[in-house]
Amino acid sequence: MTRARLTPAVLATALVALVAAVSVSTLIGAAGLGWTRVVGEIVAQLTGGVSPLSEREAAIVWQVRFPRVVLAGLVGAALAVSGAAYQGVFRNPLADPYLLGAAAGAGMAATLVVVTAPSAAGWIIGPLPLAAFAGALGGVGLTWVLGRSAGGGTAVLLLSGIAVAAFLTSIQTFAQQLNTDTIKQVYTWMLGGLNTSGWHEVLLTLPYITVSAIVLCLCGRLLDVLAVGDEEAASLGIRPGRVRVLVLLAASLATAAAVAVSGLIGFVGIVVPHVVRLLAGSSYRVVVPLSLIGGAVFLIVADQVARTVVAPAELPIGVITAFTGAPFFLLVLRMNRGRVR
Amino acid sequence: MTLVLRDVSAGYGGRPAVSGVSVEVPAGSWLAVIGPNGAGKSTLLKSIAGLVPSEGTITLDGRATSSMAARDRARAIGYAPQTPLIPEGLSVTDYVLLGRTPHLATLAREGPRDVAVVTQVLARLDLTGLAGRRLRTLSGGERQRAVLARVLAQQAGLLLLDEPTTGLDIGHAQSLLELVDRLRAEDGTTVVSTLHDLTLAAQYADRLLLLDAGAPVATGTPHEVLRADLIAEHYDAAVEVLSTGQGHPVVAPARPVTHSSHGE
Repeated sequence: MTRARLTPAVLATALVALVAAVSVSTLIGAAGLGWTRVVGEIVAQLTGGVSPLSEREAAIVWQVRFPRVVLAGLVGAALAVSGAAYQGVFRNPLADPYLLGAAAGAGMAATLVVVTAPSAAGWIIGPLPLAAFAGALGGVGLTWVLGRSAGGGTAVLLLSGIAVAAFLTSIQTFAQQLNTDTIKQVYTWMLGGLNTSGWHEVLLTLPYITVSAIVLCLCGRLLDVLAVGDEEAASLGIRPGRVRVLVLLAASLATAAAVAVSGLIGFVGIVVPHVVRLLAGSSYRVVVPLSLIGGAVFLIVADQVARTVVAPAELPIGVITAFTGAPFFLLVLRMNRGRVR
Repeated sequence: MTLVLRDVSAGYGGRPAVSGVSVEVPAGSWLAVIGPNGAGKSTLLKSIAGLVPSEGTITLDGRATSSMAARDRARAIGYAPQTPLIPEGLSVTDYVLLGRTPHLATLAREGPRDVAVVTQVLARLDLTGLAGRRLRTLSGGERQRAVLARVLAQQAGLLLLDEPTTGLDIGHAQSLLELVDRLRAEDGTTVVSTLHDLTLAAQYADRLLLLDAGAPVATGTPHEVLRADLIAEHYDAAVEVLSTGQGHPVVAPARPVTHSSHGE
């Protein structure tokens, strides 16, 4: 029997890559602490020994660097797993978390927050991530409602996503043009970045991303059933409409949580699931969990590059994901000539 | 399973694509639904599968399908559409395993029993050697067999096959229909299929149902339904009904005598 399963060997390989990415990213950073000394600090933390790092340096590792690595992993996992889910639901290899108006909604809401500059005082969560989260969900919700009212098919939903995105982006552009002094701030957010993060953002996104990831992993088999078409899926006793709503809800929630803390980081949702498919087959039972891990690895590595390559300055991570992801993706496509459908 | 349709109308929106169909298909027999393009053959199959809204009553072994839960219905009725959507990246095994869906809880995984059923179905359809292949690498005939295997994995007592021989040459069409016929003989599976090839329909089906413009116009044995006058009337075609050495009717197109000669 040749079934698509997450074999222990494949899972172990993916996890080793994840641990390696987390380790390297934690050990190496812009502060120039020296990776051996960081290892010493970690050993000291684990054994209760004496750390080679000063208190300030230790704080850089535990309060700046490590939470950022964890956040990069969470955001990457969320974007990649949502990408895989959207591609399954729409049976469209080009679907990604931003397709249904999530990015446009988040971008518009974030822009409105930046240009109106409400006082952040008294907010538990900053107004910008909150607005981005609401905007992403709002964008997807609007697309869904309009798509349903126009018939609700897959193509209709994608088209209404495009229309909603165009509409929301026009509002965003309008607001931007009225407030040109804030354009830089808006663009910085839109290009994506994890540079403002600490444990706060991790705790903010963790519950949403965890719940979404669990739901999507459980739905892997159902996504395979959807791949045979709605009619046949229905003839197999499932309700394609309900599965679609559940998966879209989970994926959009994860996307919104990611966008809220990281801005718009493109390409992860498309490139990671496709690389997984090429390496491990296209059953969603494998694609979903491996995209989760692969997305985390990809974004941790991308963020590592973003914060070290022009240190002490930082590159927007969206630039890195596109700059490295696109050629890599094309290379993988070439290696698998004619096998991508 | 015995399938009984009583005054069934089906279709989307105001005007039904099929109306007033009453037919009984005894357990283990084969009914072929025939008729010109757009007659409503596919809609009738879909209505039996519960995929399009219908009126009238459809019963399986006396139980109304409308009262069955979706999963129960999927355990009783296997449906292969005319042009199935092929998830090309899946392996044959994974694809056939999807047929076990009605036997699983919504979020459950397949157990050893499901794997055993699929192994058996693959062997029966001579697909064991292709089990690990991606669907995209299969030929047309192999794909049709994989689709049939997926439907058989449902272990349903009623098979609905919408033009199962589409795109197959005469040899592959014949071997696929032989396969279905063998399953029917061995398992007592009831088969309802649409077939556009009337000669093949006559050879495999016990009874034919001729639909035209959504209405049933003739039901009976192949000899009763495949009459030149009926075919002329409903297909708008000139045919001759011949007979094979085994006594099966053969529907052969007969060109009108006044046809122009070649080369003009």
